[in-house]
Amino acid sequence: MNTDGKDRRPGETARRAVTYLLLTLWALMVLFPFYWMLLTSLKSYSAYNGEYVPRFYTLSPTLQNYAEAFTAVPLGRYFLNTLFFTLATTALMLAVAIPAAFAFSRLEFRGKNLLFTLILSLMMIPNELVVITNFTTITNLDLRNSFPGLILPSVMSVFYVYLLKENFAQIPDELYYAAKVDGTSDFKYLCRVMIPICRPTIVTVTVLKVIECWNSYVWPRLITDDAAYFLVSNGIQEIRENGFGRENIPAMMAAVVVISVPLIVLFLVFRHKIMEGVARGGTKG
Amino acid sequence: MKVVLKHLTKKFPSRNKKSHEEVVAVRDFDFEIPDGELIGLLGPSGCGKSTTLNLISGLQKPTEGRILFGDEDVTDLPPEKRGVGLVFQNYALYPHLTVLQNILFPLENLRGAERMSKDEMKKKAYEIARLVQIDSLMDRHPNEMSGGQQQRVAIARALVKRPRVLLLDEPLSNLDARLRLQTREEIRRIQRETGITTVFVTHDQDEAMSISDRIVVMKDGVLQQIGRPQEVYDDPANLFVAKFLGTPPISVFSGRVQDGVLCVGRDAVLRVRGVGDREVVVGVRPEGYVLREGGPLCCRLVRVEVMGRDISVVSAHDAAQSETIRSIISAENIASVHGAEVGFGLKPAKTYLFDPETGERILFEAL
Amino acid sequence: MEKNNNKAWLYLLPALVFLAVFMVYPLIDVCIYSIEEGYNSASQTFFGVGAYNYSYILHDPYFLQALKNTLILVAVTVPLSTGIALLISVGLSSIDRLRNLYQTVYFLPYVTNTLAVGLVFMILFKKTPYSDGLVNLCISFFGGEAVDFIDGPYWAKMFVLCFYTIWIVMPFKILILTSALASVNPDYYSAARVDGTPRWRIFTRITLPMISPMIFYLVITGFIGAFKAYSDAVALFGTNLNAAEMNTIVGYIYDMLYGDSGGFPSYASAAAIVLFAIVLTVTCINLLVSRRHVHY
Repeated sequence: MNTDGKDRRPGETARRAVTYLLLTLWALMVLFPFYWMLLTSLKSYSAYNGEYVPRFYTLSPTLQNYAEAFTAVPLGRYFLNTLFFTLATTALMLAVAIPAAFAFSRLEFRGKNLLFTLILSLMMIPNELVVITNFTTITNLDLRNSFPGLILPSVMSVFYVYLLKENFAQIPDELYYAAKVDGTSDFKYLCRVMIPICRPTIVTVTVLKVIECWNSYVWPRLITDDAAYFLVSNGIQEIRENGFGRENIPAMMAAVVVISVPLIVLFLVFRHKIMEGVARGGTKG
Repeated sequence: MKVVLKHLTKKFPSRNKKSHEEVVAVRDFDFEIPDGELIGLLGPSGCGKSTTLNLISGLQKPTEGRILFGDEDVTDLPPEKRGVGLVFQNYALYPHLTVLQNILFPLENLRGAERMSKDEMKKKAYEIARLVQIDSLMDRHPNEMSGGQQQRVAIARALVKRPRVLLLDEPLSNLDARLRLQTREEIRRIQRETGITTVFVTHDQDEAMSISDRIVVMKDGVLQQIGRPQEVYDDPANLFVAKFLGTPPISVFSGRVQDGVLCVGRDAVLRVRGVGDREVVVGVRPEGYVLREGGPLCCRLVRVEVMGRDISVVSAHDAAQSETIRSIISAENIASVHGAEVGFGLKPAKTYLFDPETGERILFEAL
Repeated sequence: MEKNNNKAWLYLLPALVFLAVFMVYPLIDVCIYSIEEGYNSASQTFFGVGAYNYSYILHDPYFLQALKNTLILVAVTVPLSTGIALLISVGLSSIDRLRNLYQTVYFLPYVTNTLAVGLVFMILFKKTPYSDGLVNLCISFFGGEAVDFIDGPYWAKMFVLCFYTIWIVMPFKILILTSALASVNPDYYSAARVDGTPRWRIFTRITLPMISPMIFYLVITGFIGAFKAYSDAVALFGTNLNAAEMNTIVGYIYDMLYGDSGGFPSYASAAAIVLFAIVLTVTCINLLVSRRHVHY
């Protein structure tokens, strides 16, 4: 049954006004740090430090900070490292998780349910636990300060296999049988039928993984102490403590803006897919 | 409580970005429902019957027109103040509450003078539950019951607050065939016992005809005809109503009246008076055919379907507006139906004339 | 179909290998580490097996401080963030214009780097010799006293940490709750209206029970996430959390593992197991509570 959306009950306009007010309040609280980030990055060093009372605007915006951000510290390097790390890890994850999800959803084999339940229970294990041993493992393999050391432990996540499996399982059996009757091999079925049909979920999973990799901090921090291998997050931390971060706040902010922009752009482009995917699966919130 | 709808109109703004036309769901509805009657709102999907129900309940506001319960104008009252009971198509029972809690829900909302003590509420709930025969299921949750049982709970919930009007939206469409027959009798019985003015919406003419005191036929938001079921069947106001009611459906032919003779194609089938020379559309009820060797109406025999007590003779005629026409004949005559052709005579009482443009009924006298 | 049997394992193999090496093996390893006493990472020897590691950390003031901080963080942020998210979601669901815009804005914190934005928060809240900082300015404007939220009293630091944590987790919760609210069949609301139900009652007797599974999910994941807080604190206070008295349990684990006082995987493992045990207990309590209050 459709009902009228608009209600003309008394007090309704007041209620609406209050609702909009509260919603706008929170929206401002969310946006303000970003605004401040951008603003500060455009203030010149002297202007910033000269302000006892921080100003909400700047009369002499400058791009000097951005130049410094890239020259005083190897921000560009961090950027490229993170880019490479993100792409490699995401690609590997897809290459590993998609076949696994396919096996669980479509193929029959002994012990399938048991294995899947076991794997699901691994989701409960906090990352912090495994990090300890992985740290030792990587150290022993002499892979600290290297890309394989960064990438390999970050590849696999049970959650993405679960999400993909659920999605694959929704494709009706009949499609599979029809393909079989047509003489299609399993692998071909996976590539030609399942992946195209499930593309939305795969896109979501990819974007989520990209966000996760880009923001990854703990693991890179643990195993890299050579600045040549820093990613943006531990790079930022490094700048903050040992670089110009202590004194040159505007340049710091410029660096922060630079590393935040790619993800924000990604989000704006893919926002519907991302929000749908997160809502559907829930995630390591 | 009688319900009066006066010039009721409901328009929706168009979703179509190209044409800015409004969708008129209900157009100038004007009728009165006498107190204590069971009314069926009947029509194909999209005819505006559900919208009319929503307007009566107050969930939607009319663009124009008034609605009165008795002598009280309720048009501006919100649903919570109108005192209607509404049974939804998919019941809308609160899944997290038991049957008893579902039925108590409306009673708990009463305030002031009407508010009862907990014991009184429970008593009332059980009373109603006994009326609809679910008093043994009070502790169950909706998902632990069959569709038919859920519906009875929904009816109980609607009735427990003694509504002035009871509204049901397609009450039988979610039930399987066997249950439908049973449940429609239940609805009739409950309505009789409580005496509450009841309006129900359906697209199934069988349902509407079998239990309603009066049926209201609608099409595209316009009221087509209102009357007792047998009257509407025997005396349709237009071609649409004639085609909508009756199983098997009425046969429709193109014909003309010439010099007092009604002709269907090349067959002169009836002598008529009171109609000038003109083109007409002829409708013949399935039970309006009489087997007659040689005419006047000569059809090509397609097949004979055995129905036990009757037979259904399926035949074809050039002037018919559909590929085949059906006639119901007593099974005693089965032997006389054979070969390639079959001849019929028409019962004048079961033959109707309609205007080819407007579909309006043309009355005539048969000779 | 028998044929599939072996091929399936081929598809699973890479995933299983990764999981085994980087998840299962560490799990077992950590348990072992935590009960090995006097582990020396240089020589990789240990004395014996026992609960020494556990007793060490339970007496370590840094661990206890971290424990306290984490518990306060959990107790404050989980109910607050869930409650505020519920309010915002209800608000969002009642408006139709601009809803998309608001949702997009609200989701921004989810895609940003916590460390990066944490820096901005730090600047806003910190009092430096140059300036009191924007937040302090507002406080003075309303007649209060300026406080250094980053280097100052404990309660101020805790406040910023809680505030920032809530800011970070809100997008996810708002998203989940808005979609939960949208999935409630509108017929229930129509039925309640026809039954004369006042607005407040609709919310408590119908809306809340209908979305209770989602609220429950958010509470559980909220607790689990809050216990694992770490990068939020680092973003605000820097890597030397002990100096700022703002360490969390996870921070302690990493300190034991790596930092200046690091090289003690046994202590780290013991702390990690303790954390795991706490989280497990809290989750179980949540599950028990849910039986009564959550309706599926």
